[in-house]
Amino acid sequence: MNMESTKNAVFPKGVDPTRIKPYGDTMNDGQVQLSFSLPVPMGPEAREAARRIAGRMGLKEPSIYHETDLGHGFSYFIVYGKCTHTIDFSAIVVPKIDMEVMGFHEIEHFMEKHFDRRIRVVGACTGSDAHTVGIDAIMDMKGYNGEYGLERYPTFETINMGSQVSNETLLARIVEFKADAVLVSQVVTQKDVHLSNLAELVDMVEAQGVRQDLLMICGGPRISHEVALELGFDAGFGPGTKPNHVAGYIAQELVRRRRS
Amino acid sequence: MKTSKLGLDFEKVDAARAAASEIAASVMDFAAKRTTTSVERATLRMMGVEGADAEGVHWVNRVVDSPTGRDLLAHGLSVPFADAVARTGMDASETARAVAAGSVEMAMPSGEALEHAVAAAEDLAADSFRRIRTQRSRRQESLAELGEGERPLLYVIVATGNIFEDVDQARVAAKAGAQVIAVIRSTAQSLLDYIPEGPTTEGFGGTFATQANFRIMRDALDEVSREEGRYIRLCNYASGLCMPEMSCLGAMERLDVMLNDALYGILFRNINMQRTLTDQRFARLAAAAGGFIINTGEDNYLTTADAAKSEHTVLASDLINEQIALRCGLQPEQLGLGHAMQMNPWSEDMFLKEVAMAQLVREVFPGCPIKYMPPTKYMTGNIFRGHVQDALFNMAAVMTDQGIHLLGMMTEAMHTPHIHDRYLALESGAMIRQAARHLGDEIEFKEGGIVRGYAAEVLENTCALLEQIRREGLFDAISRGVFADVRRHMDSGRGLDGVALRADDYRNPVESMLSLMAGVKGE
Repeated sequence: MNMESTKNAVFPKGVDPTRIKPYGDTMNDGQVQLSFSLPVPMGPEAREAARRIAGRMGLKEPSIYHETDLGHGFSYFIVYGKCTHTIDFSAIVVPKIDMEVMGFHEIEHFMEKHFDRRIRVVGACTGSDAHTVGIDAIMDMKGYNGEYGLERYPTFETINMGSQVSNETLLARIVEFKADAVLVSQVVTQKDVHLSNLAELVDMVEAQGVRQDLLMICGGPRISHEVALELGFDAGFGPGTKPNHVAGYIAQELVRRRRS
Repeated sequence: MKTSKLGLDFEKVDAARAAASEIAASVMDFAAKRTTTSVERATLRMMGVEGADAEGVHWVNRVVDSPTGRDLLAHGLSVPFADAVARTGMDASETARAVAAGSVEMAMPSGEALEHAVAAAEDLAADSFRRIRTQRSRRQESLAELGEGERPLLYVIVATGNIFEDVDQARVAAKAGAQVIAVIRSTAQSLLDYIPEGPTTEGFGGTFATQANFRIMRDALDEVSREEGRYIRLCNYASGLCMPEMSCLGAMERLDVMLNDALYGILFRNINMQRTLTDQRFARLAAAAGGFIINTGEDNYLTTADAAKSEHTVLASDLINEQIALRCGLQPEQLGLGHAMQMNPWSEDMFLKEVAMAQLVREVFPGCPIKYMPPTKYMTGNIFRGHVQDALFNMAAVMTDQGIHLLGMMTEAMHTPHIHDRYLALESGAMIRQAARHLGDEIEFKEGGIVRGYAAEVLENTCALLEQIRREGLFDAISRGVFADVRRHMDSGRGLDGVALRADDYRNPVESMLSLMAGVKGE
């Protein structure tokens, strides 16, 4: 793990890294914006309730800049306030994926040097999620943002199972295909169902006895490497990830595992 | 002579439409020779079979899946079932239970008994047809009395997973100006080969479409329509493996708009093409009888295919969908053909091309309430930029006189809409529609300009593609991945085991009644 991130950071003038707070236009003003609805009819009491809610969130001098009567007992507010809390930035440690970012050709060269067979990768968007944009961007020929997807790499053999794949179906395919790595995408979810979905897959892979031979990777807008580790995955990729990040990680991690 | 703001060559449009018409004819011919488990279930529902067993499996499923049900599939179940009702003296639902339990067996009657059974089937279905007629008149009366506000109709989704929560969200949306409320289904429902029963309060990414939920939302929207002095349309899905049944329920429960597109199911849900194109024929007959608008799914093609190279596939598919729908008796004013271009908002002159495409679809389908959707592919979680992007498309929709405008939400690609996400989308849509009300009337695109050039190029490519599909057939075109960059094959995908070639003695009096009501010549 790389834990050096906060040490060499350069801060604007007047910042105490042990006591940082949000910034609007004056250092340490704590300015934040938020908006929310309340299930109460609009009126002076609703407005006061919104102000108090903001106060309970730790906002000093909350100002209701906009309010709307949504009707049928709902009211909507846009609120600004000054955050009273501070955070010790210097004490923050965020686990990151330990890898070098490589390009398509570099990865191909690396793979040819280290493997005498193609690396098998299965991908799927699991559970009820029907949004394949994430898994397609990483796996399909076309790729994303100018970077080819894994399917384009001659050294990878890939299966993209698409959307709404059950964990059972995915596991069966992992076993049948003798996959070296699995990519699970979760894009649009509700009430955190993506977390239980992902955790369930890890449990099933372990119960099947194939966990040690499988690199488990998840991705999506609400996934971070830290969340992935907590769920029992080997790595997690968040928004903005390109196919070469994932391909490069798989290549480097498999080599590292072979050595250890 | 037709006028065009784009200087369109209408001879090319006619040629494209003629090719689409031939394609549609061969698809319809294919479908008319087949039946499916879902077509037969829809038929039994129309004949009054109601309720579900202790496990929640509807009796129509139990009848179709019974041993005699499976044996008789190719012959049609309505006549043997009506015969069983006549023999036992029980009502339709009781007979269904008896068939499911195995205490009554269905058989195809012959001779005089056959004609009696056909008449009995028509009698059993009479109530459903009465209900559909009543609902149709009620919609027409409400629209005449209340109106529904200006176009484009502002269409928003509710998707809480709980029908009662959906009702709250829909009422608030209606107050903010929503004209169409689409209740999004629980995401995997299109792949269920049965329709759940009763009101539901748990679903993922949406709420189960059930007959009870249709009624709950319809009643709520009728109340809101009176409060707001505007008829609020209700939208749900007649798609997936239960397409024909959903369409019949939609006609009976006064859904006003239903998403109905076999191509969408084939491409994006991997439903077998034989199954869903056969289902679609029956579903569209019911749509024509019910008088509701169908929305087609072309607005999703370019979420997977490259927008800059594939706009013509959207127009080509719209034309095929139009021609299939007309053959099922749907009127142009019922065709909410979908389109959305999913262009990268950072690409130069993207807005010009977007307007060119929206105007092109407008001019090719002048009588249709075409359904426009802003691009969802480039929504990022930067809600502020997303709101601006959506505003651009709100402007394009007004400028090009779209019929139905599915409003973009700033939180698209993040979560199902929160109550204020929807409010802000409606506020923006209504403001821009008001502010730019007559802008379209003032515009004619300049000769030799980007907009005209782009529209002409797309039309040209559409003609070429349709001509090619006309030669090779729609099934082969889909196998080659022409639409949405997705390949599907004749014998792959879900639901194939529920398809049967109609036997020579196939009878379906309910289908004949639907055809008659839809104004389509029966066979």
